[in-house]
Amino acid sequence: MTNHTILTPEQLVQSFQEKFSTDITNPRIERRTSGIKKIEFVHIWMNVSNNAFKDAIKHLISLHPSPHFAVASGYDLGDTIELVYHFSLYYGLTHKEISLNMTVPLPKTNPVIDTITDLIPGALISEQEKQEMLGVVVKGIPTNTRVFISDDFPENMYPWRRDETGPASQVRNLHEVKK
Amino acid sequence: MTKTKQTTKTTFRLPIGPIHPALKEPVMFEFEIDGEKIVDVGVRLGHVHRAIEWAGTRRNPIQILYLAERICGICSYCHPMSFALAVERIADIQVPERAEYLRVIQAELERICSHILWAGVAAHEIGFDSVLFLTWEMREKALDLTEYLTGNRITKGITMIGGVRRDITPDMHPKIRETLRYFKEHFEKLRHIFLDDKTVRMRCQGAGVLTKEHALGLCAVGPTTRASGVKKDVRCDQPYFAFGDLEFDYITPDVLTGEVNGDVYDRVIVRLLEVKQSIDLIEQCLDKMPSGDIVSEPKLAKLLSQLKKARGEGIGRMEAPRGEVIHYVRLTENDAPFAWKVRAPTYNNILPWIPMLKGQQIADIPIVAASTDPCMSCTNRVAVVHQNNRYTLTGEDLHKMSIRKTRRMQQ
Repeated sequence: MTNHTILTPEQLVQSFQEKFSTDITNPRIERRTSGIKKIEFVHIWMNVSNNAFKDAIKHLISLHPSPHFAVASGYDLGDTIELVYHFSLYYGLTHKEISLNMTVPLPKTNPVIDTITDLIPGALISEQEKQEMLGVVVKGIPTNTRVFISDDFPENMYPWRRDETGPASQVRNLHEVKK
Repeated sequence: MTKTKQTTKTTFRLPIGPIHPALKEPVMFEFEIDGEKIVDVGVRLGHVHRAIEWAGTRRNPIQILYLAERICGICSYCHPMSFALAVERIADIQVPERAEYLRVIQAELERICSHILWAGVAAHEIGFDSVLFLTWEMREKALDLTEYLTGNRITKGITMIGGVRRDITPDMHPKIRETLRYFKEHFEKLRHIFLDDKTVRMRCQGAGVLTKEHALGLCAVGPTTRASGVKKDVRCDQPYFAFGDLEFDYITPDVLTGEVNGDVYDRVIVRLLEVKQSIDLIEQCLDKMPSGDIVSEPKLAKLLSQLKKARGEGIGRMEAPRGEVIHYVRLTENDAPFAWKVRAPTYNNILPWIPMLKGQQIADIPIVAASTDPCMSCTNRVAVVHQNNRYTLTGEDLHKMSIRKTRRMQQ
């Protein structure tokens, strides 16, 4: 299982910063404890710019051959859409797993991001979800269908967006309908 | 002169779902079948999409706890707990030590209930209905204990941000130990039925194999991935609650049999061993329980104002009976969270269905799909379209096909 070296959180962040310099911004290492013995766990957060994203994932895989991809969250900030990819490394070694969260901001005028399914096949459903929920375009995605929303939901309506393409017209407030 | 008929051998498409007895969660499968063998699988989801995350952006964190509980009936403890973990990390709320131990007891009790439910459903898929009744009768004891501790059998309402809502006092310990004793006595019976039976072995060994490479690449979680030899268990990897204090290890099939095959039989082994592990963990917690508060802030109004001042983002991960649950929360100056992302473990275990089912027979679909323990249960019919002939296979028919295969193997 451990055919790669275990880096400390600081070494992990440093290795990204050395490779990608200004494309990695705002790195945070959060250390917390749990239980009586105060066993420590670490969450790392960093912002990754869109053009370096795919290379950053390749770099992650060079550090850990099969990073665990949990899910990609996303939200609408007005002019930008931010996607947060949640990874974890060093599972299988008791108490050593580190969570690595990468936030990728995308401009709303051109919300295009590269697919990572060629590197991590398990990311497919999450990427499909971002396409239908936020209107993100995932370049190179192998299956371009809707996954959580039914086909009769209007096109160009993105449920997680907070602008005019949001789902406001689809919401049925029962108190207004007097049911 | 004989007339030769020109026929083209082709596969046909078998849609299963969205609602089907073999699947506990409405999901749409499209199988490409060649004879009885599955050649390819396509998956579509979204049939129980209830816009819960959207509803969460209009509620304050304490209301979201109750909303999160209703995401799933069987994992109704893990979702509010993961959300609470995420919010506690954002707001820097320190959970009292006693509450952390209480949370472990509730989590492991839910794991026992869920795995025994699964054991019954898996037996039913193979055709052993009496085992279904036996295991669910055992599960009643676990549900009685849950009702004694929390007031409810399924949606427990025990989670609060900063701790738990109800204590387990020393006078409750005898009832807990009595239930655990009952399980320990009957565990051997369960193990004997599932692991020693010849027919179970014939149906389950070699079926629905998920290789380690696929499990890693598709990011499978929970017992599904551990049965393929991948050691992923959030309780051991990144301890939360009081799991860091307790003695336990990853459970992979080689613990019992010495080898890892990644088939349905291995998943049965992993789940049964986890029941035993959960009983042991609850006993460790009862022995080591520290004294103290059960929640960091008992007054809800004060807690809400504390949360309103919290800013930032956080994740909460925990090991549900089916695998890793992760919640992402982002808090801003509003009452309601700005963003809330829920990821239930089954969504990571859907893509592994594809390599598991390729090469299997139609009659194996129920047991292979059920072996990954997807999350809800319903019934409906299946339409098979072959050229211009359209005939319907009801859920009953598919289940009967599975049973007929068992009887065939028993001869």
